[in-house]
Amino acid sequence: MRYGETGYNLEIDLTRSNIERVSTNPEDSQLYLGGLGTNAKIMWDRVPPEVEAFSPDNLLIFAAGLLCGTPATGCNRTIVTTISPQTQLLVFSMMGGFWAPELKYAGYDKVILRGKSPKLVYLWIKDDKVEIRDASHLKGKGAIETAELICQELKEPKAQVAAIGMAGENRVYFASIEQGRSSASRGGIGAVMGDKGVKAIVVRGTKDIHLSRPAEFMELCNEAMDYIKFRNENPIPGVMPILAILGSPQEMKIHDEKWHTENFMWGNSRERRKGFWTEEIAKDWTQTMEKMRTRLISCYNCPMTCGATISPPGKPTYMMKCFSKLTYTMAAFSDLAFGLGIAQSATEHGVDGFSAPQVMAFALELLEAGILTKDDFPGMPEDSEGRFYWLLDHIVRREGIGDVLANGTYWAARQIGNGAEKYAHNNIKKQEQLPLKLSMLNPIYFLMYATGEKLNITQIEGQFPQAPFPTREEREAFVKDWFQVPDEKFKQYFLDWELRGEKSIPFYPTPEMCCDIVDWQERMHYIDDALGMCAGLSSFPLKPPYHIHNYPKLISSGVGLDMDEATLTEAAKRYRTLVRAINTRRGMRRKDEKPPANHWKKRFPELEKELLDTYYAFKGWNEQGIPTEETLRDLGLDYVYEEFVKRGVYSDNGDTPSQATPAVIDKEV
Amino acid sequence: MATEKKIIKAIKINADLCNGCRACEMICSAFHSLPMYSSNNPARARIRVVRHPLEDIYVPVYAGESVGAECAGRDKYIIDGKEYDECAFCRASCPSRDDFKEPDSGLPLRCDMCEGEDEPMCVKWCITDALTLEEREEEVEIVEPQEKLDIGLASLVETHGMQKIMDAVTRMSSLKDFK
Repeated sequence: MRYGETGYNLEIDLTRSNIERVSTNPEDSQLYLGGLGTNAKIMWDRVPPEVEAFSPDNLLIFAAGLLCGTPATGCNRTIVTTISPQTQLLVFSMMGGFWAPELKYAGYDKVILRGKSPKLVYLWIKDDKVEIRDASHLKGKGAIETAELICQELKEPKAQVAAIGMAGENRVYFASIEQGRSSASRGGIGAVMGDKGVKAIVVRGTKDIHLSRPAEFMELCNEAMDYIKFRNENPIPGVMPILAILGSPQEMKIHDEKWHTENFMWGNSRERRKGFWTEEIAKDWTQTMEKMRTRLISCYNCPMTCGATISPPGKPTYMMKCFSKLTYTMAAFSDLAFGLGIAQSATEHGVDGFSAPQVMAFALELLEAGILTKDDFPGMPEDSEGRFYWLLDHIVRREGIGDVLANGTYWAARQIGNGAEKYAHNNIKKQEQLPLKLSMLNPIYFLMYATGEKLNITQIEGQFPQAPFPTREEREAFVKDWFQVPDEKFKQYFLDWELRGEKSIPFYPTPEMCCDIVDWQERMHYIDDALGMCAGLSSFPLKPPYHIHNYPKLISSGVGLDMDEATLTEAAKRYRTLVRAINTRRGMRRKDEKPPANHWKKRFPELEKELLDTYYAFKGWNEQGIPTEETLRDLGLDYVYEEFVKRGVYSDNGDTPSQATPAVIDKEV
Repeated sequence: MATEKKIIKAIKINADLCNGCRACEMICSAFHSLPMYSSNNPARARIRVVRHPLEDIYVPVYAGESVGAECAGRDKYIIDGKEYDECAFCRASCPSRDDFKEPDSGLPLRCDMCEGEDEPMCVKWCITDALTLEEREEEVEIVEPQEKLDIGLASLVETHGMQKIMDAVTRMSSLKDFK
């Protein structure tokens, strides 16, 4: 018997309508844990670099994390993995909610889709019964609406539904997969689902999930819960409100948006509005939120209430979380009421709340610059809000200019030409990033932006404070109960970090220290992504309840794997390296690893080179960012090395798919 | 009349505070698994959250007595414009529905307040305080057991006459089963 996991995957060939229940190898769990780790292994084994996102041979894997469905608070994430149509690299977007535990209770760890269905279908998984069902009546329906209709038609109100909207059906490169209060949004995985002809995957499970050593496991769970209560009552002083507490950024609870509205950029990541947050706006936005917000809600088995039910006047109710609260508002230079309203439509259509608003703002900039003309936008209203609705509608339908914009700013700019490229200025590896433009290079963030393969800063940062605290006393107070550090040296790094002078950015932390800091932060995210743990209780907030010291115990008592801090760190390094290997094999090289040129005003090319060189060496990658033979052999990834040699990867500086990349973009603004 | 103090345990359900996370269902099923916590499965829980997020319906309901037959009719509540499922608030394990039954055997489930623990597990795990435990003392009348018997016998004597009752007691006392 398997503990924690079920030991079975569902393999579904959509071309042939074939469904198989396949048992998995327990050794893979020891080596790659589960979730992202085992997804990466499957992608390496079965999806060679010649396979494109919209090829029937591309896989779309929905994985429940290793500990999903166990009593571990907050462990509910579904890790969706495929090849992204936007970046053409491996994408592994995640969603919270209720889907992953339900899949476990139905008796499966993963659903692996391959092939393409000739007509639109949905999958219905109820314990041992799995069906491919016709979904032609759901074509064009919203993602949330689809979930409601399916639950009604199956008479299964307790089923959990992951669905795409029109954006996914029409293969928009930033289409999301929506699941009630959660979504897996980045990298266009919704487009791959649409390409496979799958409107939704519906799950209901009524089986048991077992624990290996229950008493030990429950003690760890109780400790975590006690610590959550402690942290709820004791926010961290000296940091902004969303970083002071646990949870996914508590955007639905916190009304004070001074930091976001004045430090993040408006429009197409262009304009910083100092002094925007007036008392009047604070009052107005607070009223808006309180009027539309019905209830604060949580994902499965989690008390954090990071999400909310939102009822915009005259529109259906939907659920929201996190920073989509402001992305539409700020891209359109509008107010919160507009943002919460259009997010309803965006959720039904199923688009990424980071990319979609930027793509729309980018289109309007091109219009203003005369690169696109009025004729490209027939019938578009004059007001900013109306224009955003018009653009959203045309993008998700791929109508007119919407068909071009639906490919995201990077590809759209190349299609439009005529100088449009310099307006697609906020991308890393072809994907739109958070709208941030800052002054002084931060060496830690430089490395995270450059080398992160999750392509979202919030998915790599977290454990180390974003900025130094002004006084020594404050720093000493902070490190006093900072037991989450993997090593005492991190406390010293932080104690010595000053706002100004010798020990300040960009030259402090030193490149060596930056390597430690980035590696620790990234490691915690990768562990979460294998376990299915929400980053909001682990890798994202400062001083979280789950950390490198209690994770090995949770894994060993829950799953029965032999695990300590060293073996867990090694396993995380193994599948992190495998993720890099997949992207290396797809052509990713050093030249792709750079933040947007205008992310910081003050840049330091020599320091940046040193940082990257040092970090690559620290990670065991060569000067091109390719894992070396020694690294691969140490991790037992000999099969990767052999493949690299066979394909001549070490002598190839990357032609596919990155030849058209940066240089051009990186000069502007 | 003599009285005594009795502890009454009640779970206060504040549906307005429910965040819909279903930790209560999970931990209930884990606590009642054998060996304790060795597995969990919300379908086996003795509590369920009636949950329709888009209608803002979140109602934790506990399993009560099982009944052999369903009610003559069913009920449906509408409160503040929200329509609740048929028999949503009913605690019975009943032939009319799958709730509060073991998913494999169909045997009925019933909340036992996690007897022996300081508080029911669902309450402990609900840190949003939708579920809280209230204990109160109540004065209850002490009813002498003998007195109950006297009342019962008196009514039998009234119906059958004293002699018949005496004969019956004599006859029964010689039977093995009643010794």
